[in-house]
Parts: sequence; structure tokens; C-alpha cells
Amino acid sequence: MSETVLTLIITFGVLFGALTAAAGLIWLERRLLAAWQDRYGPNRVGPLGLAQVLADMIKIFTKEDWIPPFADKPVFVLAPAVIIVTVLMSFAVIPIARGASVANLNIGLLFFLAMSSMGVYSVTLGGWASNSKYPLLGGLRASAQMLSYEVFMGLSLMGVVLLAGSFNLSNIVEAQRGLWFCIPQFLGLFIFIVAGLAETRRTPFDLPEGDSELVAGYHSEYSGMKFGMFFVGEYMGITLISAMIATLFFGGWLGPILPPLVWFLLKTLVFVCGFILMRAALPRPRYDQLMAFGWKVLLPLALLNLLVTGGVVLATGR
Amino acid sequence: MFNLLRGIWTVFLHLFRRPETVQYPDEKPYVPPRFRGRIILSRDPDGEERCVACYLCSVACPVDCISLQATEDAQGRRYPAFFRINFSRCILCGFCEEACPTCAIQLTPDYEMCEYDRQNLVYEKEDLLISGPGKYPDYNFYRVAGLAIGGKDKGEAENEEPPVDVRTLMP
Repeated sequence: MSETVLTLIITFGVLFGALTAAAGLIWLERRLLAAWQDRYGPNRVGPLGLAQVLADMIKIFTKEDWIPPFADKPVFVLAPAVIIVTVLMSFAVIPIARGASVANLNIGLLFFLAMSSMGVYSVTLGGWASNSKYPLLGGLRASAQMLSYEVFMGLSLMGVVLLAGSFNLSNIVEAQRGLWFCIPQFLGLFIFIVAGLAETRRTPFDLPEGDSELVAGYHSEYSGMKFGMFFVGEYMGITLISAMIATLFFGGWLGPILPPLVWFLLKTLVFVCGFILMRAALPRPRYDQLMAFGWKVLLPLALLNLLVTGGVVLATGR
Repeated sequence: MFNLLRGIWTVFLHLFRRPETVQYPDEKPYVPPRFRGRIILSRDPDGEERCVACYLCSVACPVDCISLQATEDAQGRRYPAFFRINFSRCILCGFCEEACPTCAIQLTPDYEMCEYDRQNLVYEKEDLLISGPGKYPDYNFYRVAGLAIGGKDKGEAENEEPPVDVRTLMP
């Protein structure tokens, strides 16, 4: 009985946490970007401008939800839901403390990779169903980009799996008790961060949106809360990738003095801020540069990383 | 690669800089005295309207936002019957001030002219006229101009010689 209650608490905690993080990130991103550009950002509504989140939510919920007459209606409606669902599903396998995850899957890492691949459907279908040129271009770009970057996103994580000897995320965290994987798997970490950026379609890899080229890319035709869903999905995606980096490379909940949950949240927050910093600092590459960088640099690097890690694991016999 | 990292680091360091923002409604930015803001019509030191309704401002205005109608009082002084500036069109270029021969029309450093209704941006003469002489405290056009109006004949203006009698040979 008490176990059921605990599971329920964790489940709703994670759900609530993920959605709150997505909302709070709107404020955090605007404030941080402003700070890095020598501005203040939203500071009018409520203390430190925190009520801006509330104001934005009220605004986006009360906006007209317009479906263009030329759009493919069922797919158009379904597409934004897919991204939320897949990202939330991924949150299920992340351990927030010892033994505290919604689903302690033995193939947790694979599940995460699968779910992040499913996210492509949302963007591509959204672009396709909009039935106009810029969304279509954005959707095509998104599918090509996410499919290419997924390849070595998975490969970069295989080093971690080799070292930990498990796909279970809790076991992976436990295996980092002596040494965080960010040190032996430095290359893997770098590749995962780049691939994670590309998977969440964040600047510098926001070519599917590419405001200056494609209006708003795959969500040009979306308005109201459907557009908001893409946005929330993107922010939850950042949180997810940050949480995965913390879990896989920086020892998840492990840390001295503070309770495990606080450590996990702190580490996640640091990487979220890192993602925002990269948005503030880096320009968007050209599309062919993006593809060339992915296939010609990162994929060989990921393979090399896997090879070397495999060799070391074999040699030391761990 | 190194450049990217250095760029990220530079941007990160900006976290510790003071924001450049002037938080406008709370703190006002410095406005120079010759700032070109809201247009006014000034009066001469005697308290009369300076405007002589010569239409030069209206002609100079590149967006045609000034409209006026000249008329004359009993003493022969020209003045505008109505004087209207449509501030929703005005681009605050200051050409009218440059064109004005009597320093009547002047631009002020006031720029806070927001209205909810566009029609409220059309200023009539009553809205434009101020009680003082503006930027030129001592200037009075009718006193220095050699123009005969009621109460002032030819040669009676400041620094003006009496008119030459062309019918005599005497110096």
C-alpha cells in the first residue's frame, strides 16, 4: 500500500516537476539571456518578474487557436501532443534519487533513446500537416537533422554503458560512485551535449525553426496553445537532456552533504543554464555545415570513443 | 572550436556586468535642451501670438501635418485663424522651426505624447500655444520688422531709421 502511494507521489512529482520546469524555464531563459546581453529581462510582473510565467500562460491559453483551412486537421492537432508525450515518457526512466524513478526499467537508456527518436514525428508531422512551404521545409530539416544526430547520440552513450555494464540508469549512477563518467568519457560527454542540442532543436542547431530563414519553421502555422505545446516540449526537452547529462556523466543524485534530490536538481539546473548560455553565445551554422559536422566529425569521434572505451574495458577486464 | 569556447566564456562574463538598460518610466533618460519633441507655438514678450500665418512651416513640412488659415486683426496684424498639427503624422524633423521667420513655432524636449485615441493627437491652436516666448526670450517680430501696422508706422521699429523722403533733394 505505502509503496503504491510512494510511486504515485514520485509519478506526480516528476510530472509536476517537468511541467513546472518547462514553465519556469521561459522566465529563466529570458532573464539569463538578458543578463548575458547586459539587459534586465522581464522584471515588471511580480517579484523579479516571476509572475511573467503566469502572465504568459494566461495569454497563450486565451489566444485564438487557429487551424488553417488548408491544414491536415487530425495530424495538425496530433503533432504537438506527440512531442509532449515522448518527452514526458523519457522523464519516467530518470532516477531522481536512489530507487526513486517512475519506472526502473532495465533498458532505461534505450527507452530514453527510443523516445527521443519518437520526438522527430512531432516536428516532421507538424511541418507536413501545416501544408505550406516554410513549415514543410522546417519539418524536412528537422527530420534530417534529428535522424543524423540520433545516430551518434546513441553511440556516444555506449561508452557509458560499457563502463557501467548496464542500461539501467540507476545502475549507471551507482557505477559512478568512485569517479564520474565525465572524466573517462569526456569525448562521449562532448558528443552527447552537441547531439542533445541538435535533438532539442535549440540554437545553435535551431535550423528547423530558423527564424531568419523559415519564419518559424515547422510551427509557422501554429497558434495559441498548440504552438505553446511545441514550446513546452522544447523546454522539457532541454530539461530532459540536462537531466540525462547529470545522470549519465555527472553522477546523478550522488554528492556529499545535501540530499540526493537536491544534488540531482542542482546538476540539472547547471546544464540547463549551460544550454541557455550556448544559445546566447553561438551562431547558427549553415545546413550543410551542420550535416557535415555531424557525419564527418562527430560520428567518427563517437565510433573512436566507443572503440577506445571498449579496448580499455577489455584490457583492464572490468 | 577554441573560438567557440572563448565566445561562450566572453558571453558568460557579461553576467557580471551592469545592465545598460534605462528603466524608462522609473528613470528618465537625459534629454538635451535642443531635443526635437512636441511642437509648441510661442508668444512674444508682450504676450501676443508670434505666428504671422505665413504658411512657411506648412510648406516646409515633409509630411504635411501642419494646417493653418491666415487672417488679420483690426490693426493689420496677421495671425492664424486656426493652427492645427497632426502629431500622428509629425515626424519631429524640426523643418518647421527652421522655416519659421518669427521664431513662433518651436520644438521642445517633451516626447511623452501617448494617446489611446488617434484623434487626440491632433493639436489645435489652443493646445499648441504656450504663455511664454520659448527659446528666444527677447524677440518680437512686429517690433523689429519695418512693417506698418496699427500703432506703429514706418520707421518706428527698433533700430530703424525714419523713411527717406524721395521727393526732396536734401540729405
